Amino acid sequence: MISYTIRRILMLIPVLIGMSLITFSIIHLIPGNPAQTILGEQATPQAIEQLEEQLGLNEPYFVQYGNYMMGLAQGDLGTSLRTKGEISSEIWPFLAATIELTIFAMVFAIIVGVNAGIISAWKQNSIFDYASMLIALVGVSMPIFWLGLMEQWIFAQELGWLPAFGRGNPRDPVETVTHFYLVDSMINGRPDQIWTSFKHLILPGVALGTIPMAIIARMTRSSMLEVLRSDYIRTIEAKGARDLSVVYRHGFKNAVIPVLTVVGLQTGTLLGGAILTETIFSWPGVGRYVYEAIGNRDYPVIQSGIIVIATMFVFINLIVDLLYSYIDPRIKY
Amino acid sequence: MNKPVLEVNHLSTHFFTDRGEIPAVDDVSFAIHEKEVLGIVGESGCGKSVTSLSVMGLVPNPPGKIVAGEILFRQQKAGNEVDEDLVKISKKRLRRIRGNQIAMIFQEPMTSLDPLFTIGFQIIEAVKLHRKVTKKQARQIAVDKLKLVGIPRPDEVVDEYPHQLSGGMRQRVMIAIAMSCDPEVLIADEPTTALDVTIQAQILELMKKLNKEKGTAIMMITHDLGVVAEMCDRVAVMYAGKIVEQGTVRTILKDPKHPYTRGLIRSLPKMHERDKRLYSIPGNVPKPGSIQNGCRFAPRCGDVFDRCLKENPELLPLNEGHHCRCFLYEKEGATVHAETVARS
Ligand SMILES: Nc1ncnc2c1ncn2[C@@H]1O[C@H](COP(=O)(O)OP(=O)(O)OP(=O)(O)O)[C@@H](O)[C@H]1O
Ligand SMILES: [Mg+2]
Repeated sequence: MISYTIRRILMLIPVLIGMSLITFSIIHLIPGNPAQTILGEQATPQAIEQLEEQLGLNEPYFVQYGNYMMGLAQGDLGTSLRTKGEISSEIWPFLAATIELTIFAMVFAIIVGVNAGIISAWKQNSIFDYASMLIALVGVSMPIFWLGLMEQWIFAQELGWLPAFGRGNPRDPVETVTHFYLVDSMINGRPDQIWTSFKHLILPGVALGTIPMAIIARMTRSSMLEVLRSDYIRTIEAKGARDLSVVYRHGFKNAVIPVLTVVGLQTGTLLGGAILTETIFSWPGVGRYVYEAIGNRDYPVIQSGIIVIATMFVFINLIVDLLYSYIDPRIKY
Repeated sequence: MNKPVLEVNHLSTHFFTDRGEIPAVDDVSFAIHEKEVLGIVGESGCGKSVTSLSVMGLVPNPPGKIVAGEILFRQQKAGNEVDEDLVKISKKRLRRIRGNQIAMIFQEPMTSLDPLFTIGFQIIEAVKLHRKVTKKQARQIAVDKLKLVGIPRPDEVVDEYPHQLSGGMRQRVMIAIAMSCDPEVLIADEPTTALDVTIQAQILELMKKLNKEKGTAIMMITHDLGVVAEMCDRVAVMYAGKIVEQGTVRTILKDPKHPYTRGLIRSLPKMHERDKRLYSIPGNVPKPGSIQNGCRFAPRCGDVFDRCLKENPELLPLNEGHHCRCFLYEKEGATVHAETVARS
């Protein structure tokens, strides 16, 4: 198991190199001149040339890539053209906001989706089954911006139960340590802020989690239906086991692999930053960070943003793969 | 003879499908006595598995349902013997009997164990459901049961997973699970069909040993008359959801009466008649429910006469403990006919 894990981590190296090379090349192929962007329309050709030299932009392509990778290896993501700040420190608050929201959304999606799927399969063709599969169908086909706006209208505007925008109360900002607000307010010993941060997560989290929830519910149901028909489930029933143990302990464990795959993919997608949701709920996440950088032609930010997001995606996949082999002894190390 | 531990009376289990109601088991009655091995034989699709699943309360529902009959299980309660009807008792009560006093092993050893749990876990799970034991005791029981069913290196195998074992070993593990709470009745649904011949013999030997040493009554389901001859005390022959003949192994094998049973026995390969072509009963088993009137075997029967196509024969006693469902052996009129058949 340990050697398998190490092997899998080593196998990531070529994946990450390939991914960064592609990202780097695409950014380079985009028309437009970074030096020009920095200096503005009126800049003289001499000034542009000078800046290009300073930024290393006149070096051959592979040298540039090499320099960039050397920086990456030391945790240096470059500097923003617009703010002149270190991207590695600038990006973190946005990333943390996205990760916090993603975790919240996925926990919601998994708890609701998995249980709905399990019970639907167990009580196949019951009212519950029909109702939850109908909701799941609506869930996958619902435009997320519409869902977000409806949530805001009902729960924020009409009922006034939950905040519609941002991560917390701007007049009482969370003192940031990790930039995960739930964690930070815990560190600071501020239960009121924990509660406020939590409330701010609910509407965007539910909006973001709805599609994964629906997909997970349907995947769980179909996988469970298959498993519950199998011979070993009958063996467990023949032992005299209670339904709950049959369904959850043996049934779900056997049905979980395809569900895990979906969870991994969905988590990866959400971590990429859901620009739509982040915009609707004014959530300061990484999607908006990169989106704004595109508007500003802030090439280093775009490039590093994409690389960071893609790296997280790769790691999520690694975790999912490791979980497979942890769950199923037949998967060879 | 001993008292019956399990008595099935007029059991009917039907499946309700798109194609209509299928009487997979139709008015079946039999009894298993203490320490006895009862064989249930019949061709594929005649309802053997559904009968055993009915006893276990494991008929997949929907589409299946026990529509009539009773399954009486003899229990010791405060020194008295009481019959519990497994059809009527609560699910909770049934769960307490299932796996504990009546256990079952299945036709498909390759797929009957949960691939994600260790062998030990799966035996211990069965023990823990019915007995209060500590972790250490449970593990010891698991090792002991593996030893009982003849698994080599039992204290290593407890920690292994099903995919690391062969089919024969898996079936042994299934037997270990079934025997984990020392049941009074063991239902074995074609336990050796999926295994190769040498392994078959070993598994049968093991079951015989359990029957002799532990006194476990066994309901042995098979389509193999060789297994019957080897193992059973009494036999019930099933055809298309009904029992057509029932008796001791000796009578059934030496003096079969029902044309179907006779066909089955004729189709057994015999050592000294190697060159002869193997006999097989012409035709196929009818789909359950497809024959409404008359004897269900009539279309394939060599001795068929008018009455067989119109009326349903009853299961009638011939001798002590020997029953047969055939008009040939009805007292009036048909005796002559039976004699002609016997002579031919
Ligand atoms: N789940 C089901 N749905 C519908 N019909 C079923 C179902 N299970 C069994 N049956 C019907 O019951 C009949 C008897 O099946 P059963 O499995 O008891 O046969 P069997 O005697 O055990 O055969 P085999 O030797 O092949 O195991 C089948 O012919 C089939 O029509
Ligand atoms: Mg069967």
